[in-house]
Amino acid sequence: MPSFVIAEKCDGCKGGDKTACMYICPNDLMVLDPNAMKAYNQEPDQCWECFSCVKICPTQAIEVRGYADFVPLGSSIIPMLGTEDVMWTCKFRNGTIKRFKFPIRTTPEGGANAYPSLQGKDLDSELLSTEEADGRQLPKPIATV
Amino acid sequence: MAIPNKPLGEIKAVRDPEVEEREVDILIVGGGMAACGTAFEIKKWAGDKKILLVDKAALERSGAVAQGLSAINTYIGENTPDDYVRMVRNDLMGIVREDLIFDLGCHVDDSVYLFEEWGLPIWKMSEEGKKLDGKKGQKMGTLKGGAKPVRTGKWQIMINGESYKRIVAEAAKLALGDENILERVFIVRLLLDANEENRIAGAVGFSVRENKVYIIKCNTCMVACGGAVNIYQPRSVGEGKGRAWYPIWNAGSTYTMCMEVGAELSMMENRFTPSRYKDGYGPVGAWFLLFKAKTLNGLGEGYVGSDAAKAELQKYAPYGTAAITPTCLRNHLMLFEMKEGRGPIMMDTITALKELGGKIDKKEFKALESEAWENFLDMTCGQANLWCGTNTEPDKKNSEVMPTEPYLLGSHSGCCGLWTSGPDFDWVPDAYKIRYKGKVYNRMTTVNGLFTSGDGVGCSGHKFSSGSHAEGRIAAKAMAKFVRDNADFKPALKQSAQELVDIVYKPVRTFLDNCAYTTAIDINPNYLKPAGMTYRLMKATHEYGAGTATYYMTTNKNLEIVMDMLQMMREDCEKLAAGDLHELMRCWEIFHRIWTVESHLRHIQFRKETRYPGFYYQADYPGQDDANWFCFVNSKYDPKANTWDIFKKEYIKIIPD
Repeated sequence: MPSFVIAEKCDGCKGGDKTACMYICPNDLMVLDPNAMKAYNQEPDQCWECFSCVKICPTQAIEVRGYADFVPLGSSIIPMLGTEDVMWTCKFRNGTIKRFKFPIRTTPEGGANAYPSLQGKDLDSELLSTEEADGRQLPKPIATV
Repeated sequence: MAIPNKPLGEIKAVRDPEVEEREVDILIVGGGMAACGTAFEIKKWAGDKKILLVDKAALERSGAVAQGLSAINTYIGENTPDDYVRMVRNDLMGIVREDLIFDLGCHVDDSVYLFEEWGLPIWKMSEEGKKLDGKKGQKMGTLKGGAKPVRTGKWQIMINGESYKRIVAEAAKLALGDENILERVFIVRLLLDANEENRIAGAVGFSVRENKVYIIKCNTCMVACGGAVNIYQPRSVGEGKGRAWYPIWNAGSTYTMCMEVGAELSMMENRFTPSRYKDGYGPVGAWFLLFKAKTLNGLGEGYVGSDAAKAELQKYAPYGTAAITPTCLRNHLMLFEMKEGRGPIMMDTITALKELGGKIDKKEFKALESEAWENFLDMTCGQANLWCGTNTEPDKKNSEVMPTEPYLLGSHSGCCGLWTSGPDFDWVPDAYKIRYKGKVYNRMTTVNGLFTSGDGVGCSGHKFSSGSHAEGRIAAKAMAKFVRDNADFKPALKQSAQELVDIVYKPVRTFLDNCAYTTAIDINPNYLKPAGMTYRLMKATHEYGAGTATYYMTTNKNLEIVMDMLQMMREDCEKLAAGDLHELMRCWEIFHRIWTVESHLRHIQFRKETRYPGFYYQADYPGQDDANWFCFVNSKYDPKANTWDIFKKEYIKIIPD
């Protein structure tokens, strides 16, 4: 199900510090044509349809069209990624529409606790840093052969 | 009107790239769950050391969890690591590294606690026994504080995991520091030390964003670049071949790079051919476990519970007769129906939802429908679109299930990978410990200073996302110890910078030297584009290497033929050509894939039994042969002599039945 870029909506992220879809695509598919200042998917048959480009695009210029070899035309799946939730609009070929909202994270973006000041003490034990800080004891097999 | 030829891709490759040389203490190659675990843990133990993480993509959405996940498949919770070992051992037909699995089981929950603290929404059970999503469930407290997760099976817990990887990557980045991370740099070869035998000393790769080669020296290195995808012809061969079940960008780089420097591989004959919703490859686990759906054959029969199926499973006792049927045997039963002309296999979603609907009110049914869709939207958006495109509402129309093309991996229901050291406990057999200068380093490969985790560690499947993260952390601590113990090591490379650039950029030079000879850039007698080589590999494995073409069946003669073909493929890799940096990436990926597949088939050729019916069949040796083959199969490539050695390695049982 290759992603495609709607020409009218894509501005090549010219106001941003990077081309968002090109930055995010895990398979290096999204590229910017610098002359047209428009992005495109350079290898559609290697698209995993992970929707990373769709979700990150600041102008909602990217959507996905079902794989030609097994998805009949007419459907669409469109996510709107917020800071706490994602909203999905699923449109069926027959026109039926279903909407879903799911949580995506419970903390503010950028707020993950990386334990920057935590320093491990005993490098020769098998305890991980946070386990050591919690005073955990590692279990042994209850019985061995 | 003529359209001017131009190489695909916008960043043209040049003959002589810029070179950047670096020297670090600890090098992390990869950016998925395992590498993010290492990135989080490493500074807690080696804060004063120089550390660098190199990812082929962007950490925020790289690796197998890029798209998200709807469950964490390994959470020990109220269970014991001992039972975790028993479950994995049974699923993988008896031959696993119990030390590695037990060790992982001791640490995996700590990573799950961190995910929740970082903001991953985890479903909880309310006091009334109702399911609460990750947001509403917050009021029940945290898993670490004793809150009850929503279990779908004994080991799985439900999450709202669209942003799973973003959250885990955020913590990894904050812990390691942006300045210690290189994104969009593809490491393609590991480098051994010039002075000391069998000792890692660095790695070389290139940027896919600018014409630049990176040569990185290191004291120790971890490689965790996932498993191998796109190695067998997929069931969809047009645009749809992108819809691989596992991430399509996993190119076997972990296995190939480590084997090329002489690291021992184990159980490379093991593979995974998951049964998933046909074409979209959406997950079926929640449908079986959460919605209690059953699969039917084409005649509408629940074949799984039939007398014939029970008799078939009996042949593979004790695995086949265990409470949970091993993954490969579930495939085996499905394939049997298909081959007997009783296909297709259908997931009976209609009956499942009807039965559940009879027990609950309308509002609850609405929530159930939403859960079913989230299952796809969190991790396989394309399956949701396939349902929409085919007007499939699961309460009105059943969906077909089909086993996929083969994948190689070590973290899901498969166990191929590197032979690594277990932890240094007295209950771990000495044969499972790998020492360097007298000390044991957990998850170190047989190459001194080279570590791996996640899909890279062989003989210990069922880690999934959480276990891979925990294993990356285990490796981090071992690497910190390694660097402390070997602080005086000065890495020296065998090759000059120019020699390394010549190796990495060879496909670019081949292209530039020859591209003017023909009028169509992709067809040239003097070179091959990586796309063409990928098709050649897929066709060969599909037809001879137990692909879907033969219902996963191969024979001695077929293996002989495909090994000859692989030999020529390796020779032709010398003539791969890249006109741009994206294509250069594809050249190195196909090179990695070919080596990985060759080791897979070499192992299948060696193991003279059919250990995993349903994953593959060696028709010359049907059935399991415990008397001769209840052991690991390991192999080793000798980088100096360019020869292969393949041999049996003793399996040692640790945890009693």
